[in-house]
Amino acid sequence: MHALTAGLGLKAEHFQEALSCRAPGLWFEVHAENYRVAGGPRLAWLEAVRAAHPLSLHGVSLSLAGAEPPDAATLAGLAALVRRVEPTLVSEHLAWSRRGPHYLPDLLPFPRSDEALVTICAHVAQVQDALGRPIALENPSHYLTIEGHAWGEIDFLAEIARRTGCSLLLDINNVYVSARNTGLSAEGYVDAFPADPVVEIHLAGHRADPLLGERLLIDSHDAPVAPSVWALFERFVARAGARPTLIERDAELPQFAELLAERDRAHERLAAVVAAS
Amino acid sequence: MPPAPTLDEFQREFAAALFGEATSAGAQALAAQPGFAVYRNTVLRGCIDALTDNHPTVATLVGREWFDAAADRFVRTHLPRDGRLVAYGEGFAEFLDALAPETELAYLGGVARLDRAWTEAHLAADAPVLAAASLAALSPRELLDTVLVPHPAARWVTSPDLPIFTIWRRHREQAALDAELDWHGEGGLLTRPGAAVAWQALESGAATFLDECAQGRPFGVAAERAFPAGSAVGIDVCLPALVAAGAFTRLELPPP
Repeated sequence: MHALTAGLGLKAEHFQEALSCRAPGLWFEVHAENYRVAGGPRLAWLEAVRAAHPLSLHGVSLSLAGAEPPDAATLAGLAALVRRVEPTLVSEHLAWSRRGPHYLPDLLPFPRSDEALVTICAHVAQVQDALGRPIALENPSHYLTIEGHAWGEIDFLAEIARRTGCSLLLDINNVYVSARNTGLSAEGYVDAFPADPVVEIHLAGHRADPLLGERLLIDSHDAPVAPSVWALFERFVARAGARPTLIERDAELPQFAELLAERDRAHERLAAVVAAS
Repeated sequence: MPPAPTLDEFQREFAAALFGEATSAGAQALAAQPGFAVYRNTVLRGCIDALTDNHPTVATLVGREWFDAAADRFVRTHLPRDGRLVAYGEGFAEFLDALAPETELAYLGGVARLDRAWTEAHLAADAPVLAAASLAALSPRELLDTVLVPHPAARWVTSPDLPIFTIWRRHREQAALDAELDWHGEGGLLTRPGAAVAWQALESGAATFLDECAQGRPFGVAAERAFPAGSAVGIDVCLPALVAAGAFTRLELPPP
């Protein structure tokens, strides 16, 4: 059984409430990029939260699937932040976001080739060496049908985990969005995902594209978790057992209490899974 | 069938396609899928939103529509070089300066420099603030040879002919927004003496003095260059105010 149950993505707007909240099992996750700074009030906030709650660092810019290795200064900065706040979990994405000197702020797709597998494994190993600990790798959202995949995403992730010793982060909203956008079965994906390497689950809201409607779902993180995503979550934990589970909300932030209620729902579900096992 | 692109080739073409510049048939076909717009929008919107968040005063002065259009042009030529979008926007002030002839808003660049100074002050390293007592403990002779090291969070911005600090400050403080402006040059000093960024007006001699200190010049040289004989304000007035604002972190004494 994992010590953490359900957590919340933390935004600066909710800092005071987050600090004083004593909900059992509560933990917080932040985007590492927002705190990979030299000093000042941001780091002071984070250290205060860390003193009161377990913390997870979630990266969005290491560009592990980039053709180029992770930027050395970025990695050194992340390692310094990890030493400073000693997070319970550190995670990143199966995606790329850097091209030469430029950062492209998104989680971009690529063909899952043998070349990509070798490249990504080298990058994951480099990050784990720099941090002195394993990281968890997250399945991204997909909006395109890309030709030339030599690997299915699940086998690809499992193989990276096998070769590098990294863990996996299963984002169930990403599974749902990707399955709908690329015509695959979300249930099939969740059922086939290897349970053992999973150290964290993400749940978030999505939205239909404003122009294309339900034909294209956007991983927008600006709404409550959808019923279909809750159902997939229940399906996965019923098979795999409880895992630390995060409610993510990055836009259209509601009151802290509303997010905490969503988190409590995940918390209760996980407690029930543990009680039944 | 052409051979499958390497990871590097795929990403080069994908990145080009984000800005409508793909040349390969494969990337053009990807860009033609409806879902490609999600990546294009996310990348561009992410940059524009960060630029807006980091330049709240400029954004308020020009309004959403104008800011978005200017930001769109800026982003395409100045993509972020770091995942820390909280610090994105280096070069935006110079970009706005270059637009001044068409906007007739000559002060925008200066206001953007002050917004940028706030961001840099906010994110800068922690360090102690030099106490007035440390200065007072020096003999006049020792003081002349001592370097006052600016605090890592101290930033100063000046304009030779525009009231940029008054414009910026009124918007930040939401005060006296309709009051008349006195159209002369002025400067602002931003510091972080405690948890929050603080600001105050900065006289041009004091700004020169800080420039000299930042270059590592000892107090005697810096004061002489910043306040030549006949200056309206002297270092005797200026120094206590700078120290009280938290502009310095420590003294570097000359080798014995």
